[in-house]
This record gives sequence, structure tokens and C-alpha cells, in this order.
Amino acid sequence: MTTIAELPPGFADKVLSAQSTFRSVMDAMARPGSVQRIVPMAGAPGMMMRGTAAIALTLFDHDTPLWLDARMSESSDVTKWLKFHTGAPVVQDSSIAAFALVSDGGALPPLERFALGSSEYPDRSTTVIIQVDSLTAGRSFELRGPGIDGVATLQASIKPFDLFERLRMNEALFPRGIDVVLVADDAVVAIPRTTRVVSKGS
Amino acid sequence: MKLSIIIDNFGSASFVKDAVDPVTPHNTQQAQRKAAMAVLAHAEAGEIAARLRNLALPAHQDLRTPENGLVMLRGRVGGDGAPFNLGEATVSRAAVRLASGEVGFGYTLGRDSEKARLIALCDALVQSRDFGPAVERDVIAPLREQLTVRQKQAAAETAATKVDFYTMVRGEG
Repeated sequence: MTTIAELPPGFADKVLSAQSTFRSVMDAMARPGSVQRIVPMAGAPGMMMRGTAAIALTLFDHDTPLWLDARMSESSDVTKWLKFHTGAPVVQDSSIAAFALVSDGGALPPLERFALGSSEYPDRSTTVIIQVDSLTAGRSFELRGPGIDGVATLQASIKPFDLFERLRMNEALFPRGIDVVLVADDAVVAIPRTTRVVSKGS
Repeated sequence: MKLSIIIDNFGSASFVKDAVDPVTPHNTQQAQRKAAMAVLAHAEAGEIAARLRNLALPAHQDLRTPENGLVMLRGRVGGDGAPFNLGEATVSRAAVRLASGEVGFGYTLGRDSEKARLIALCDALVQSRDFGPAVERDVIAPLREQLTVRQKQAAAETAATKVDFYTMVRGEG
């Protein structure tokens, strides 16, 4: 049992920290594949990474239903911390979630189970935040799409290994689709729904 | 009109204090915190800070930095009738944790974030075995006294303007 007395604290300076984190995530979304750093740090509970915690404090509130993967939702540290600091309701049904937090990418459910938005409101889709091992080393991916001048190269070790194959469903769904944010410690890379992987090295 | 919440009602807050079971330790502490909160919510931030300055405070951190928000105030028609939404009030809140683990919460009407933080700090100190008595003696008791004096004075000033209406009996027969 975690008591409030053991919860890690939130941002020391709420406004400036949230603004700075928002800027990092926005830059990551605007330039898919580029690695952005999250500077302000808050305490992170359990297996949640520092970057994920900062994003949670910045983007989550009582209007954003939240879906947690099995490992996150089993940890009372994580659920209590999220409840205390963000007030976001945790839902079991991933198809109504505004955000999904995934700590174990290997157990990522099929992406069709998340909210895909509607043609009228494509913004009502789930943003999936996946914690990965590294965004500087590992397999290299070549990305193309809006926000990328030519080709962007991303080196990352990501689970699930077939994440980009799964994301190909975005091609058919557009303007609906899933946006993905990859987090490794304090590094963030966004893969919005318009980004395509053109080739993969080993 | 009587409001259904006691957020700004010292009279009913202290009434609740007297009503709880004074035997079990849990309730005593709850009652103590409630009574302290009722006093602190009415004090000025500067007064609380000035009194806390005389104490050697333990290390503490902001678990939740002060933030402002709105709460819906609900009233009841005639005091006990159907509930209705009276309007929204600005409220500041904060949470502070002492190094020894006690967590204090502060809520206060208005936008004074520093006051919310000081109330949270006092609430944490009240729960602490080492600092509880000192805070009660040096911070809360003097503030309570001030508050009582202010309330009595206001009541006396109001009472002086009281008008008794009566009907003169005239026209015998």
C-alpha cells in the first residue's frame, strides 16, 4: 500500500515546468523522429520514467481518460500518483482513452483497440505513450512525412519490434489514426499519424 | 441563507469539533486538524508566517505546489429545502510533506497561494508528534484568540444597532 506520504512530488514550478515540457512534446510532434529532451523534472513513481512523469503532469487532467497497460495499472504507486497529481480518470476500455501509457511495449494491445477518432473529429484519438529502452542506440529507421525535410533517421531500440508495421494502418485511416510518443528516460520522440517508415536498417 | 458547506463558517466548524467522539486517537487528531483549519482559514497569510518564523521548522517539501481553482457552492432553499448551485468561489490549495512523512493539506478561499501553502504546512506540523504542541501553542492558539476577539467585536457592533419592534397598544377599548 502506498500512502500519500510516500508519493513523489510534482513539478517544483508548475507553470514554467509544464510550459517547457509542452514545448518539448510540441517540437517532437512538429519534427517527427527528432529526439527532444525534457528538462524540468518531477519525481517519478514506480516504473514510470522521468520523461513520462513530466508529460503526465503536463498533459493529463480530469478531462483526459487514461488507459494503463497491465504493468502500470498493477502498480499502486503509479495509479495513486496519477490520481493525486493529475486527477485523470483511469479507464479499462482503451477505445475511449485520450492517452495510453505503456511501460511494457511487448504487451502492447492491437492498435485498433484504441480510439481512432472520427472523420469529423480526428483529434479524438488516443495518443499512445510508450516507454522504450533507448532512443539513441539500436536499429535505425528512416522516416518520411510532413515535418521532415527529406528523410529523418531515428536510432532506437523499441518494443514491440513491429511497431512501425503496426502503425502502417494510419495510412489507410487518415485523417483518423494513432499518434505515438516514445519516451526513454528524459528523451522524447514523436511519431504522429502522418509519418511513414521508408526503410529499416539492422 | 444557510449554505450546505462549512468552508467559510467558523461557527459550524467549531460545532463539529465539539460533536466528534473525543476518545479514539484518530478522531482526536481529525478534530484537532479541523479546528486548526477553521482558525487558519480566517487568518492572514502574514500573521501565520510571522508566527511560524518563531519556530525552528523541520525540513519540508511541496508535494503539490499551490494552485487556484473553482469550487461550486451549493445552497439549500430556506436552509433545508432543495439544493441549488449558488455560484462558484475561487479556492487555493496546496499539499506539503515534512521530512518525517506527515502530509498536510491547505485549502482557503481566494487566490492567496502562499496562505494555502502555510496552512498546509501548519496542518502537517499539527500531525507531527514533535511539533504539534508547539504549533498549537505558538501559532494556532494566538490566532484563535484574535479571531474570537474580532468575532465578538463584530457581534457587539451589530448588537448595538438592534431594533426591537413592538406594537403599541392604543385606543383603549
